[in-house]
Amino acid sequence: MSAPLLHTVVQIADDHLISGHRLSEWCGHAPMLEEDLSMPNMALDLIGQARTLYSYAARLENKGRTEDDFAYLRTDREYQNCLLVERPNTDFAHTMLRQLYFATYMKFFWESMHESSDETLSALSHKAIKEISYHVRHCGEWVVRLGDGTTESAEKMSDAVQALHPYTEELFEVDESRQHGIDKGIFPDHANLKTQWQNTIDAIFVQAKLTLPEIGFAQTGGRKGLHTEDFGMLLAQLQYLPRAYPGASW
Amino acid sequence: MYSQGLIGADDKTAEDQAFLDAFQKRIDAEEKIEPNDPMPAAYRSTLIRMIGQHAHSEIVGMLPEGNWITRAPSLRRKVALLAKVQDEGGHGLYLYSAAETLGVSREQMTEELLSGKAKYSSIFNYPTPTWADIGTIGWLVDGAAIMNQVPLCRCSYGPYARAMIRVCKEESFHQRQGYELVQNLCAGTTEQKAMAQDSLNRWWWPSLMMFGPSDTDSQHSDLSMKWKIKRFTNDELRQKFVDATVPQAKLIGLSMPDADLKWNADKNNGQGGYDFGAIDWDEFWRVVKGHGMMNKDRIKARKKAWDDGAWVREAAQAYAKKQNTQVAAA
Ligand SMILES: [Fe+2]
Ligand SMILES: [Fe+2]
Repeated sequence: MSAPLLHTVVQIADDHLISGHRLSEWCGHAPMLEEDLSMPNMALDLIGQARTLYSYAARLENKGRTEDDFAYLRTDREYQNCLLVERPNTDFAHTMLRQLYFATYMKFFWESMHESSDETLSALSHKAIKEISYHVRHCGEWVVRLGDGTTESAEKMSDAVQALHPYTEELFEVDESRQHGIDKGIFPDHANLKTQWQNTIDAIFVQAKLTLPEIGFAQTGGRKGLHTEDFGMLLAQLQYLPRAYPGASW
Repeated sequence: MYSQGLIGADDKTAEDQAFLDAFQKRIDAEEKIEPNDPMPAAYRSTLIRMIGQHAHSEIVGMLPEGNWITRAPSLRRKVALLAKVQDEGGHGLYLYSAAETLGVSREQMTEELLSGKAKYSSIFNYPTPTWADIGTIGWLVDGAAIMNQVPLCRCSYGPYARAMIRVCKEESFHQRQGYELVQNLCAGTTEQKAMAQDSLNRWWWPSLMMFGPSDTDSQHSDLSMKWKIKRFTNDELRQKFVDATVPQAKLIGLSMPDADLKWNADKNNGQGGYDFGAIDWDEFWRVVKGHGMMNKDRIKARKKAWDDGAWVREAAQAYAKKQNTQVAAA
């Protein structure tokens, strides 16, 4: 078993689970029926990827834990998703921008994972890249439409940028475990990912007539298990049944 | 899912007898009526109301089940539930499109839903307090929907019949998945089994009400049958549903909350069937008229989604308009 690899795989799995959870909160409440279909669709992709990653983590750990043990039975400080994905939906502009930021990162991540020395992750990258490319396209189109739509939508879009941009830095954070994986050719170089990500976001922002804000201070903490207050409420919902009926199978 | 016995159809026609006879001849010859074909105004309005109610039921039906997406107890169940609720939204979308072929827009239908003018299946005005309700809804509500909808695959109106064929395939998958969920609870802990029984107790009677008023009280059934919009009466479908479902409950150790339920070998022309107790029609009409536990919350949730989303829809239109102007100018 590789402890550093396990650590990073759980981080990526957590990103997907929490991101999918937030999107799934929209189901039945979207601004239009088409979005009532696409948001759950994206949530399904993300949670599906989380399942594959947790199962891989369980295999790496080899202590008999299951995907659900990872997803449901840890405490707040043990989840290591980046803060960006746990930010509340707030409105459709916030949601689309949050998903665009995350999906763009994952798109370049999976693209370079085709070459990964880890066979499981490399195999997953081929399925994941197709799904995540759709997320980038779909959310990117909305960011452009809303940024260049009405005065009201442009304002909401720009509020979303102000609110969420400070959380993007954490996507590129490299801790000891991740560095270990990068050195072994498992994970891609994150400086390069950052450049690719920035170029894509810049191009979308030009179309959307949005400007990049000055970030006073980048918000990080999730990778070390330090989360915002909203996250506890998310976990309370997520974990309710397995916590209320310990040992039951569903 | 979830077409319900039609509530309040209008059967007045202004067409002359020759026109009506010619139309009836096509119906009797099992020809499909297509959007551009001549049809009596009452045929059109009955279908608009029926398909509209059906579409609204799919959409409102996303709410009680959506209530458990973030709390689904395993990732496998979460994915299945998300996919199911998404399917229901998809059904709503096809059905709105089918209704649009009759000359009514999705916006008009949405406004009628939000203003309370249009009805949707009464079943969705009951709450889903426990996880077992997710299984029970799939098993009973999708199950009842299938009973209603399989005959609609042969409905005389082409676009509705074709939409139903696609929808029914998905509903039967939902039904099996729901039953499997309940079965799993019954095989689980004492608490899980009690949760399943409690849920069945709450949903059994409302699911029988999904077939609509009894034939003796349903005025529009005759015309819908004559035009082959419907193929079976409300009571016939209800009986089929009872006969199919009671053995399923027994198989997993659950009992129906009906002391009068018993096998009657003479029923269904000697094939046998279940006699069941009296349905509380006062409750049915109370819920249809807006006094179910969740009626107000359901409409409020749909209205909130619609109102909160107004700026998004406006922005999308404004953006599309700008793009068109640019294309025209180029
Ligand atoms: Fe449906
Ligand atoms: Fe269904």
